[in-house]
Amino acid sequence: MAFADYFPLPQKWIPRGLRSKPCRHFMPDGSPMYGVVAEYDTAASVYHAAEKVRDAGFKAWDMHSPFPMHGVEDAMGFERTKLPLMVGVVALSGAAAGYLMQWWITAVDFPVTVQGKPPGAWEPFIPITFEVGVLSSAFAALFGMLAMNGLPRFHHPLFKSERFLASSDDKFFIAIEAHDEKFNPEGVRRLLESTGASRVDLVGAE
Amino acid sequence: MSATNPDRIISERLAGIVSGAPARDPRDDGSLNDDPAVRPPLVLNNRSFGEVTDIICGYAEHTPGKWWLPMFLLAASVAGIGVTMILYLIITGVGVWGLNNQINWAWDITNFVFWIGIGHAGTLISAILCIFKQKWRTAVNRSAEAMTIFAVICAGIFPAIHVGRIWFIWMVFPIPNYNSIWPNFRSPLLWDVFAVSTYATVSVLFWYMGMIPDLASLRDRADRRLRRAVAAGAKKRLPDLIRAYVFGLLSMGWRFSSRHWHRYEVAYLILAGVSTPLVLSVHSIVSFDFATSVVPGWHTTIFPPYFVAGAIFGGFAMVLLLLIPARELFSNFKDFLTLRHLENMAKIILVTGMMVGFAYSMEFFIAWYSGNEYERDAFLFNRVTPIWLSDRGAPYWWAYWTMITCNVLSPQVFWFKKMRRDPRAIWVVALLVTIGMWFERFVIIVTSLHRAWLPGEWHMFFPTPVDMLTFAGTCGIFLTLFLLFLRFLPVFAMAEVKAVLPQASPHGHDDHDHDDHGHADHGHGAAHGSGAHPGGHGPSHEKEAH
Repeated sequence: MAFADYFPLPQKWIPRGLRSKPCRHFMPDGSPMYGVVAEYDTAASVYHAAEKVRDAGFKAWDMHSPFPMHGVEDAMGFERTKLPLMVGVVALSGAAAGYLMQWWITAVDFPVTVQGKPPGAWEPFIPITFEVGVLSSAFAALFGMLAMNGLPRFHHPLFKSERFLASSDDKFFIAIEAHDEKFNPEGVRRLLESTGASRVDLVGAE
Repeated sequence: MSATNPDRIISERLAGIVSGAPARDPRDDGSLNDDPAVRPPLVLNNRSFGEVTDIICGYAEHTPGKWWLPMFLLAASVAGIGVTMILYLIITGVGVWGLNNQINWAWDITNFVFWIGIGHAGTLISAILCIFKQKWRTAVNRSAEAMTIFAVICAGIFPAIHVGRIWFIWMVFPIPNYNSIWPNFRSPLLWDVFAVSTYATVSVLFWYMGMIPDLASLRDRADRRLRRAVAAGAKKRLPDLIRAYVFGLLSMGWRFSSRHWHRYEVAYLILAGVSTPLVLSVHSIVSFDFATSVVPGWHTTIFPPYFVAGAIFGGFAMVLLLLIPARELFSNFKDFLTLRHLENMAKIILVTGMMVGFAYSMEFFIAWYSGNEYERDAFLFNRVTPIWLSDRGAPYWWAYWTMITCNVLSPQVFWFKKMRRDPRAIWVVALLVTIGMWFERFVIIVTSLHRAWLPGEWHMFFPTPVDMLTFAGTCGIFLTLFLLFLRFLPVFAMAEVKAVLPQASPHGHDDHDHDDHGHADHGHGAAHGSGAHPGGHGPSHEKEAH
């Protein structure tokens, strides 16, 4: 996700390297094109269509379905997410921070003998260490997922199409973006029509 | 063509060839199939994706019925009384409760443990059943998670107000302060602070994350109605405007992208994975509050597993207590929460009830086996023996026997299939279990404290009206929040329900030859659609996909 997509600021405010690429394709009325969107009626048809789009070598494209579909990583050909690694790092750091806090308070900053135990005994620190680890991994999982998805993003070209809103109800969509290197409107339209789409539309970027 | 092809079933229904909803037998809705080769349907009546959206969003978009407002006002009034009592306590002091020098924990901590226990079913259903791939959880997970959060809110009130001077409650957190006073990290009470606050936070995150796609569905529906109003030149309706903005904000701009879904599912699994040990740890830590003390009746190593089993037991009872009436009050609710789901939960009640019963009997064994006379006295005389049978008997014997009757004896009816499949019987047992679980905590806390060590310090505990109204008030708060949830939020996890429909399988259309059971007539229209492959991906299909 490009910076310019995520923050819809005027281009001149954005540093040169982060600006969105100039648009190569235009709508019939001359406005910039977001891409081509195909609509499907069943889970099976969109799944097989995704396999064909993947095999055609597109990179900047996506599938939209009302529920998570199984095996979609294979059908679309993308890598498994690195989210678990990220959450693992945060969880261990959180747990370590929780332990260090308890140890520093109890053994370093203000040692008080409780129950005749040594101030730095590790055993009583385990429950809170565990809880802090769980707490940080839960935050990392939710907010890491949202950040990697580029969310929150309240504005998106796809939302302009009323038909697309059925993706939250019972329809399935494949959207191929215009900035994909292999994109040309006619070829993409023919490809998507050949996959059994019930409808193929051009979508503007603005 | 296989009978399990959902497209055909839906098109036939739309064409009027087959009747849509089979005549429903209240004793068997088509989900109670005992043939192990046939998976019972998770959603009845061959619902299409669109129907699932319409029904579940419909609950959140319309007033549920004439019952809702009176019930809400009643619950809110009771909640108001509870809040008044809490304010009275804060203004006056803990003396307004029936606590005394001997029994310094009574209804407050009883209610705390009662509510926090109820809060365990939600995360159990969401997390543990998710990890075990129990797809029937989709029928109850959203409402059980909501219940968890509301129960934890009720639970959190009691330890906060029982400290007496609530304006010093910040001292439980390790906040640097002028006096260099730190909390004692060796105290289980402090572990409890961390466990309960972590549990509340993680439950909210889990609930919210599961709801993001469903909130986006509600947002899109409101958005479509607004666009149609604009296209028709009509005025935009205010409720839809509010929905579009509020749900739009809360759903974070979710646009159902498969790349997003992929990370979402991984994140959900991680949350389930960390919540599983969390849910077990929370009630273990709550039990440490008692188990690490030296009071006879509390100082027991069996407490952590016993408390966890009891929490699951009480939590499922509360889920059933609320959802069985909801099944009757909302139209089409029974399509998602089938008799099979109720039967599964009745089985869990039976199993956890037996675990709790085992723990009760184990306490007696240890009291005898340890040879400790205080321990023996606490169990044999302070709890079990009625005062009218022996001079040493307990005045609180009735609390103990209420607990045994409700928790150990009443779930035994679930050995009979007929009882497991009768919502009314399940509801009665759930009510008894809820009462019994409250008494369990009362027995542990009050009867253990009221006769400890020296006879000179023996005292009775009598609740004051403030005690009683505060507890009733938390029930009101709980019910108020739950009624608001039923009215305004998606009651079922819509996206997850859709994912377990047979037509959700990406391989649905080449399903012809794999499915031998689909052809057999099970006597119910519903059994066709969702027959053998509820998720649509049995082992043979998985191989094809990869």
